[in-house]
Amino acid sequence: MTDVVIVGAGPAGIAAAVRCSENNCRVTLIDDNLSAGGQVWRGTSGVVKDAAASKWFGALRAQNISFRNGRVVAADSATRQLIVESPEGAATVTWHKLILATGARELFLPFPGWTLPGVVGVGGLQALAKSGVPLANKRIVVGGSGPLLLAAADYLSSRGANILTIVEQASRRDLMRFGAALIHQPAKLLQALRLRVSLHGVAYRAGCWITHAEGSDNLQSVSVTDGRRTWMEQCDYAAVAYGLWPNTELASLLGCRLLGNAVAVDGGCCTSVTDVLCAGEATGIGGLGLSLVEGEIAGFTAAGEISAAKRLRPRHEAEKRFARKLSRAFVLRPELKTLSDSGTIVCRCEDVPIHRLQASSSWREAKLHTRCGMGPCQGRICGPALNFLFGWEASSVRPPIFPARIHTLLAPQTRGRRE
Amino acid sequence: MPEVTVNGTTTALPSGITVAAAVLLAGEKSFRHSVTGEPRGPLCDMGICFECRLTINGIPHERSCQILIQPGMDIRTT
Repeated sequence: MTDVVIVGAGPAGIAAAVRCSENNCRVTLIDDNLSAGGQVWRGTSGVVKDAAASKWFGALRAQNISFRNGRVVAADSATRQLIVESPEGAATVTWHKLILATGARELFLPFPGWTLPGVVGVGGLQALAKSGVPLANKRIVVGGSGPLLLAAADYLSSRGANILTIVEQASRRDLMRFGAALIHQPAKLLQALRLRVSLHGVAYRAGCWITHAEGSDNLQSVSVTDGRRTWMEQCDYAAVAYGLWPNTELASLLGCRLLGNAVAVDGGCCTSVTDVLCAGEATGIGGLGLSLVEGEIAGFTAAGEISAAKRLRPRHEAEKRFARKLSRAFVLRPELKTLSDSGTIVCRCEDVPIHRLQASSSWREAKLHTRCGMGPCQGRICGPALNFLFGWEASSVRPPIFPARIHTLLAPQTRGRRE
Repeated sequence: MPEVTVNGTTTALPSGITVAAAVLLAGEKSFRHSVTGEPRGPLCDMGICFECRLTINGIPHERSCQILIQPGMDIRTT
């Protein structure tokens, strides 16, 4: 029996797990979060309103799949081992086939005041609400870019939040072009319309962005501009993110080739490393539909069901076309590169301000001189921002890819790393 | 409702919430101070950014967004 290990229990990981398990593989699903569902289906496994979530959670429960809560801190493609750290300690997990479904994180861009408590991610604030933070009557400005702004604002307002405004940096013209393009994707057009309807009365301002967050010890207000006029909004939270960024650290550690900021895969979701597959946002940002179909393809491929995987290719191609339209509509404007003043912190772990980075020509050089990207998040937050601001690429990835306990580091498998 | 202690004050909070949620419910906005002394709070809430880390039952650098509250937990912002 083939042992398939899947890292990441979001939609892509769940779809992959179901297809593998249905085809006689023994599946272990590993996730750093407390339960399956990833970010998009966070907290929906109990009370499901989403039809796709309901279908896939049902399919997952019907299979005999072992779920392991923990974070992967090290991996070796030669010995086919992962080191997983959890509150109970470190463990080694061995695979015949490995599917990376590590998803994405939010892209944060620095601006004056963005480190104040109260400035959170867009998905971040949604997750906080789902994890028990009451937001009734809280004044919230949602800003940044992408469809998540609308989805999150819709959710937050359903929890009683007072959404003051949604500021989308993309121009109205680009959004209109996207809206017209959506007519060929009725399901997604409806999805967009549904959001519009339930956000009735909330101002959705295209071509606007947040320039400052103000407050002494925590957030009091944000400044918003349309490029000509700037105004202030008093608020309790600012939820700000500029789209998503693929989580590729584990793939890089295993030696998988990247294409741009995402993991390179072929039509069967195989990476450049033998028996290592990748599916979902880590192969490029494309949303729920693309993640699900890629998860299914990766699952079928890992289980040796090549013709079943091939039958999904037309759906895969259609989802990729949609993803390309989406990224064109929400392309980031150059004004966002000049939001920082000289003291604005870029690396939040090591408190490195932008003026200390401007003398460097690469991230590697900046790391040596300033420790930028060398704190606990290991550059996961500042790295994508540096890529946008200066075009800097991530340097090599080394284990542990997350801060780990000393006992984990002493495990022989962790030390015997690939150089 | 489990009782937890946040910075020395014990309160009963709904079960199933994260430590990050408990800290915000207790009225604390700053979770930690950065290397230059700035107050910080949760940013990503998905275990990536490490801004919400604090001390739980004496163990430092725990990510409060990824841990559920347990009865008797001692939570300290730093």
